[in-house]
Amino acid sequence: MLLTITTTNQPATDLGYLLHKHPDKLHTFELSFGNAHVFYPVANQDKCTAALLLDIDPISLVRKSKGNENFALQQYVNDRPYVASSFMSVALNRVFRSTLAGQCKDKPELVNQSMPLEAKISVIFCGVGEQILKNLFEPLGYTITIQQHILDEHFPEWGISNYFTLILKNNCTLRDLLTHLYVLIPVLDNEKHYYIDEAEIDKLMRMGQGWLESHPEKEFIIKRYLKFKDLADEALEQLAINDVNNLTNQYAHETVTEEALEQSTNLNEIRINTILSVLKEYRVKSIMDIGCGEGKLLKALASEKMVENIVGCDASPTALARAQKNLNLEQSDFLKQRISLIQTALTYRDKRLLGFDAATIIEVIEHLDQSRLDTFKRIIFEFYRPKLIIITTPNHEYNILFEKLVHGAFRHPDHRFEWTRQQFEQWSNLVADEFGYKVHFQGIGSQSEKFGSPTQMGVFIRNE
Amino acid sequence: MNNQVINLPQLSLVLLVGVSGSGKSTFARKHFKATEVISSDYCRALVADDENDQTATRDAFEVLNFIAGKRLAAGKLTVIDATNVQAESRKSLIELAKRNHVLAVAIVFNIDPTICSERNVLREDRDFEDRVIHAQYHQLQRSLNKLRKSEGFTRTYILNSVDEINSVIIERHRLYNDKLFDHGPFDIIGDIHGCFDELIDLLQKLNYQITINEQGYQIIHPENRKIVFVGDLVDRGPKSPDVLKLVMSVVTSGVGYCVNGNHDNKLKRKLMGNDVQITHGLKETLAQLENESHDFKLKVKDFLDGLISHYVFDDGKLAVAHAGLREKYIGRGSARIRDFCMYGDTTGETDEFGLPIRYEWAKDYRGNTIIVYGHTPILEPEWLNNTINIDTGCVFGGKLTALRYPEKEIISVSAAQMYYKPIKPIGHNVVDKNDIILDIEDIAGKRIINTQLLNNITIREENSIAAIETMTRFAIDPRWLIYLPPTMSPSETSHEANYLEHPREAINYFHKRSIYQLICQEKHMGSRAIVIICKNNQVAKNRFKVTHDAIGICYTRTGRNFFSDNEHEQQFLEKVQNAVSKINLWEQLNTDWLCLDCEIMPWSAKAQSLIEKQYAAVGCAAEATLHEISELLLKTKNRAINQVGEIEEKFNKRLTMINAYRDAYRRYCWNINSIEDYKLAPFHILAFENQVNLDKNHLWHLNIINQLCDTDANFFKKTNYKILDTNNAENCDEVIAWWHELTSSGGEGMVVKPLDFTIKTARELIQPGIKCRGQEYLRIIYGPEYLEPANLEKLRSRHLGLKRSLALREFALGHEALNRFINFAPLYKVHEAVFGILALESEPVDPRL
Repeated sequence: MLLTITTTNQPATDLGYLLHKHPDKLHTFELSFGNAHVFYPVANQDKCTAALLLDIDPISLVRKSKGNENFALQQYVNDRPYVASSFMSVALNRVFRSTLAGQCKDKPELVNQSMPLEAKISVIFCGVGEQILKNLFEPLGYTITIQQHILDEHFPEWGISNYFTLILKNNCTLRDLLTHLYVLIPVLDNEKHYYIDEAEIDKLMRMGQGWLESHPEKEFIIKRYLKFKDLADEALEQLAINDVNNLTNQYAHETVTEEALEQSTNLNEIRINTILSVLKEYRVKSIMDIGCGEGKLLKALASEKMVENIVGCDASPTALARAQKNLNLEQSDFLKQRISLIQTALTYRDKRLLGFDAATIIEVIEHLDQSRLDTFKRIIFEFYRPKLIIITTPNHEYNILFEKLVHGAFRHPDHRFEWTRQQFEQWSNLVADEFGYKVHFQGIGSQSEKFGSPTQMGVFIRNE
Repeated sequence: MNNQVINLPQLSLVLLVGVSGSGKSTFARKHFKATEVISSDYCRALVADDENDQTATRDAFEVLNFIAGKRLAAGKLTVIDATNVQAESRKSLIELAKRNHVLAVAIVFNIDPTICSERNVLREDRDFEDRVIHAQYHQLQRSLNKLRKSEGFTRTYILNSVDEINSVIIERHRLYNDKLFDHGPFDIIGDIHGCFDELIDLLQKLNYQITINEQGYQIIHPENRKIVFVGDLVDRGPKSPDVLKLVMSVVTSGVGYCVNGNHDNKLKRKLMGNDVQITHGLKETLAQLENESHDFKLKVKDFLDGLISHYVFDDGKLAVAHAGLREKYIGRGSARIRDFCMYGDTTGETDEFGLPIRYEWAKDYRGNTIIVYGHTPILEPEWLNNTINIDTGCVFGGKLTALRYPEKEIISVSAAQMYYKPIKPIGHNVVDKNDIILDIEDIAGKRIINTQLLNNITIREENSIAAIETMTRFAIDPRWLIYLPPTMSPSETSHEANYLEHPREAINYFHKRSIYQLICQEKHMGSRAIVIICKNNQVAKNRFKVTHDAIGICYTRTGRNFFSDNEHEQQFLEKVQNAVSKINLWEQLNTDWLCLDCEIMPWSAKAQSLIEKQYAAVGCAAEATLHEISELLLKTKNRAINQVGEIEEKFNKRLTMINAYRDAYRRYCWNINSIEDYKLAPFHILAFENQVNLDKNHLWHLNIINQLCDTDANFFKKTNYKILDTNNAENCDEVIAWWHELTSSGGEGMVVKPLDFTIKTARELIQPGIKCRGQEYLRIIYGPEYLEPANLEKLRSRHLGLKRSLALREFALGHEALNRFINFAPLYKVHEAVFGILALESEPVDPRL
């Protein structure tokens, strides 16, 4: 990985004093993950360029982090040796420590002198689009030139990569430039090679002094720099930002997530409230939430006293572990008596699910291959056969109103299908007929005259 | 004094009843195994450390009940050593016996309480007051009458003196249904309903010799086969008395057995003088019996009265009942079981003809005992979960069917006419056997799977947990999923300079194990796929039981549909089907379906997102930065800073390696615009009807596959191979040279296999294949710079143990799954093995191996 810093401030070779590295020599430092070299491809009166080159050995990288499972299972083929990342920040801190500390023994007057500077990050990863590059650097006074690389020139149809070459120009002190790079490189890369703990907050506060608190993207910077939500919250508090919960994290994912799409309408909350009111209307005492995920509906049900027995099921053990945590089940014997979580699957019968009053199957069926729906419907309607079954699924027609969604696309990459209102109602009516249920439908979320609501719900009542 | 003989059914719950000190424990020690006896004193000690702690009584009895319940469920005779003098305490134990469908027997110790008091005084650990003994004695006296009559014991034995107690001899007898010792072979015959002529036809077809004399019929089989009738001998048909005569002679002469059908039972009740409705064909039987003697009718009554609900034969491998049997009922007796065996189960609802809707108990059946039954007329007998209904509605104009056991052959004769019009068409509302739903219990939790190739393969619970998610969210319908390919181990790490893998180690693996005849096959670099192809869509429905319209399927090594595009899938399968038809493999192999092990190219067809996100991405980032680094280093060097020379050389080399790496993955990518862009390389003909081919020489496989490939050279890709004799050094060198040639021109490498496919020596199961990957190919596995000497040294320590063990276990499971499928095992059995493979694949193992 490579970073170059160029100045045209005359005499340009003063850069050597500022960096404490003689322009006519090669300077090599041993770091835990490889070597850092500093050398000067150009060094004359008018222009001087210092290059910081990190020579990272990817194989020892993987070997070293043995025991850390995620890392160990990662293939040896990775971009870490090539793209600017937290390794670069560590190297900056080691190699240019005095510069960052504002020391310059030979020419102290240079420390606080603004000068024309140019930093070039040879390759950086940025998964959230090039706009964020501008949003991060422009408020700090940089003029920015961006080159985005194509994935493979032999296969132009594969399109463009998430790798950028970044040139930043500014008239500022070298110390500020390095400080900004120190913080913002790992923010962009979003993958830290070391464990992040509370000491990182102090480091961020120190490095961010004087610019971070007024940066328009400070929330984004803090969250990405610290990665762990708890730490980020703490840091934001230190910066006296109270409204932590209202953070909009518009760059969080490469593709817009289903939740983000639907967030503006706060659809999830409306959906849960609608389901709760149906469950109350039919006075159900026991409920199975099939495909409970992380337990959003379970959490809402937990505070409904009328429900005596709740079981959340999901095929995913990770989702269940998260639900367990979200519900604080370990902390409450009372809740534990009423709520249980089990791993099961929609296409296998499970005797543990017999005898419930109601089943809720919320935003689940679209994650099943359509060919498996026949099995699914028999398991729910024939074997479990509760009095009340609530099924919700996206209304595909409504997608057109989501600006961020490509036309015709599904809301989530794992959706195997999305149904129009007519398709859902047709399927539901057939199922209701076949198994002796009556069904009625309701839209959930804001209503568009032409396209209906974002979510559609079928409420199935067993014929007695 | 004569000995008092106590007769105990082999499986029963025995209650010893008597006051403290009446000698129950001594008696129990004398007559039963220590583990058969559960004493309340012992249970008290278990929970309270004190046999006499009366405050622990409640807990102690809970423990006692629990242990007794577990024993009875497991089919073990159990003796309860407690006073049991109160009706209340006996009641819960009688219920326990009922719940487990076992008989309860009481043995009452009714002796002079003063003897008991004296004994208690002598015992140091007892300080009972006489008051307690006397209270117990009075409770016992009050119980005696009830014990004799109405409490629900099958037998009650009352022992009235110490002498009598001492004289007891206990005999254990088999239950009536226990014919475990009879190994047949059997011919099991479905519902006859008075169709005598068809019965004779069928027996003759089965090669029975039938003679008639004044004693009645005499029936023998030259091979001493035996007949088992599933009941419903009478009603509706024309000759019920003749059928009775024949069956009675068969049963009394010991040539066969007959279980009780609901019609037989109703006739018996009528003959006994009970008031029964003369419906469902009973009228016809009664009219036919008018012509028979009173004596005969009496004999019939006794015969029918002696029929029992079901029989268990052949060490428990086979059971026969009229309407069916649950696993937990097998070999037991109770009123509920009798009812179930006669009528089966119903949902409690009735259909549009007013008949009860039958609950298909067989769908839930998971036992290893084969259950043969009748009762519900169907068009064709069909296996479901180890059960088979052989009532093919002869009296309704269908067929009379026999199942030959152990051959599992079906023999039928057609009815001469429709003797009775069915209320509803035969087969109506009968469960659709295709509509099989699996139970989570079929896969969840820790499992131990026994396979032909390896005993007791353990699937750990955490692996099942991981696989449940993959299986349910991504895999295809389990009915198609009859196999998953095992993982394959690479060769031992080579020590040759510049090589991590080299053919020599792969060859050595086999040579060391005295396996000399090998085949080395070119390894295609695409995506593994299993292709099932049927002669037509009807075969898919009949053989694979799928409900949708399809001629086959193509799925990945994790059981996902290979194609996300239905149209492509259809075109692809048609191409395979056409090729198979063209060389007429259907006839050549005598099958109408095939399961093929294949590789589908290009790699990019399935791995596009992996390539874009990882391989191409790394290449792109590396190339961009390495170019710039080289340029800057050159500039610096030109400034006469010579120290950078070494670094420059290193980074220039890196650039070269990155280019080689990019070339390596690019070779396996091309764009898919239509079905014509795919290439299919089949390399094993895994299975077809009645045959799994994992025991066949690889040349047999490749010979057929080459015929297939010749039909369409654009679509199919042949697998090049070399035969190798490991004892021939020249031959080995030749193969190694061939491997160099393959891999230097971009090939992934080769797989070295024993020519005979599956080999199990006395010591071990042999790996069915060892892969040996090429030098350039490995760049995309171990990183662009893996060949740097320093890197290569670090990489040489690889641990193959787990990978190899997984490869064998998965191979054994795949072999097992196919064998279960071709032997028509229940779906859950096939699925269990396939699921096991997927579960093992969640074992964390170095992904680069």
